[in-house]
Amino acid sequence: MIAHFAVVGYYEPWYAQIVKAVVLFAIALQMVPVILLLERKLLGRFQGRYGPNRVGPFGLLQPLADIGKLIGKEQFQPSTAVGFLYTLAPIISILCAVAAFAIIPFGDVHDIFGTGIGLYGLDVGIGPLYLFAFGAVAFYGLMLGGWASGSKYSFLGAMRAAAQLISFEVAMGLSLIGVIFTAQSLSLVDIVAAQEGMWFVVPQFVGFLIFLIAGFAETNRTPFDLPEADAELVGGYNTEYGGARFASFFFAEYLNVLVVSGIATTMFLGGWMLPFGIDPPGWVGPLVVLAKMFVFVVLFIWVRATLPRLRYDQLMSFGWKVLLPLATANALVTAIVVVVTD
Amino acid sequence: MAGGWQPERDAIAVQRGPEPGGAGGAYRAFGETLRGLKTTFARVIEGPKTIQYPEEKVPVYPRFRGRHRLHRFEDSGLEKCVGCSLCAAACPADCIRVVAAENTPDNRVSAGERYAAVYEINLSRCIFCGYCEVACPFDAITMGHDYEMSDYNRGDLIFTKEMLLAEPLERTPLRAEGE
Repeated sequence: MIAHFAVVGYYEPWYAQIVKAVVLFAIALQMVPVILLLERKLLGRFQGRYGPNRVGPFGLLQPLADIGKLIGKEQFQPSTAVGFLYTLAPIISILCAVAAFAIIPFGDVHDIFGTGIGLYGLDVGIGPLYLFAFGAVAFYGLMLGGWASGSKYSFLGAMRAAAQLISFEVAMGLSLIGVIFTAQSLSLVDIVAAQEGMWFVVPQFVGFLIFLIAGFAETNRTPFDLPEADAELVGGYNTEYGGARFASFFFAEYLNVLVVSGIATTMFLGGWMLPFGIDPPGWVGPLVVLAKMFVFVVLFIWVRATLPRLRYDQLMSFGWKVLLPLATANALVTAIVVVVTD
Repeated sequence: MAGGWQPERDAIAVQRGPEPGGAGGAYRAFGETLRGLKTTFARVIEGPKTIQYPEEKVPVYPRFRGRHRLHRFEDSGLEKCVGCSLCAAACPADCIRVVAAENTPDNRVSAGERYAAVYEINLSRCIFCGYCEVACPFDAITMGHDYEMSDYNRGDLIFTKEMLLAEPLERTPLRAEGE
């Protein structure tokens, strides 16, 4: 029997895919320092101060200085740590974050140098499932990191991370089901194309809100940053990490923010499309996606500056008793509406 | 009070906030979140309050008690300090050292009979209380406005008479009268 794989999307020749992967990785790598600086600057403004402004003009070289400091540090490892896993954990974390970044579509298929190239890393037929798969594997990064550190704070942070991420991933997945029902496709490129005329943020507003809230929890951002909880757990799963390994965790965290922003853009805000039927040339598409992503990043920072951290039981009861039923109801109602109007 | 404690008479019912939780709680939490977001955004509109210290300084008040200064008479140029050691006696931190010497006709340093041959203030011990200023019968020592006194060696923080007499660098902005 021949296995039938869903054939969707557009596949380029192998060399184009390699070039795309490198370009995408470069973009992701360049955007993280930018949002790092943006976060510190904006956080300062939200708190009535300037933020970093000493290194370089307007403090623009601050991320470079931070990274330089972190890379220059000793690779310390506690004597109680499980060496192999301790080293592996940040790698898993960063690998999954970059892999998830690959499916964010920045534009449709365009003709570049005579070859049709889709402006995305990969158009998989299982878009959101791919995202959740890598999101789930990324937990191992946090859990192994916390456990293998051999420290009680790290361990507590890792346990919290596991519990929190698993609870909120359910609500996150269900919040996207409505979009998938409406678009009738799992390919992110098709989902963007289905938003021609009306972005899914309008019919799926509840789903959008649930996705955003779950997104805060998935990326360990305030008000759901319990895995880190600097005040009570010292630093959570990354307490015992320093130097370049800590930088990897940090990098993965910010990359996850970008991924969630990108998925929200793709799923709810019409991806590379502009509102009011404006049809720009193809090269504008990636810029539109980046602009929309930055709107979400600013929202993330804004919320971080505003809300305090939830208590652990509040977080859990919110996830299971409010978000999950709401997401389920949203999916059900959408299913009924889709069936009735179809 | 007659009859002792009677809750129905002595207790006053106050209005309580709504019970947390439930759909109403979620709705209120959402509203309060928006209110919080508005509050933080207002800070962006207001702009930063930071004073970028080495470049910008907060002006001090005229009575600010900064680093000490010793004074001379403006007309004769003689030192006001007569070496009486009252400042050293008043100093709770014991940071002033005065060694007095007699004025001679050839070597008149101060207006009085004696003068301070050695006058040292150990600023690493000084608590800037200003008692020396109060104790001085000739207003020879006053608290100046300079507060930037960090140094690399403790020894450099022992200020001698010459250093205290010298006109300080104008490093501290002074608040104008009534400001």
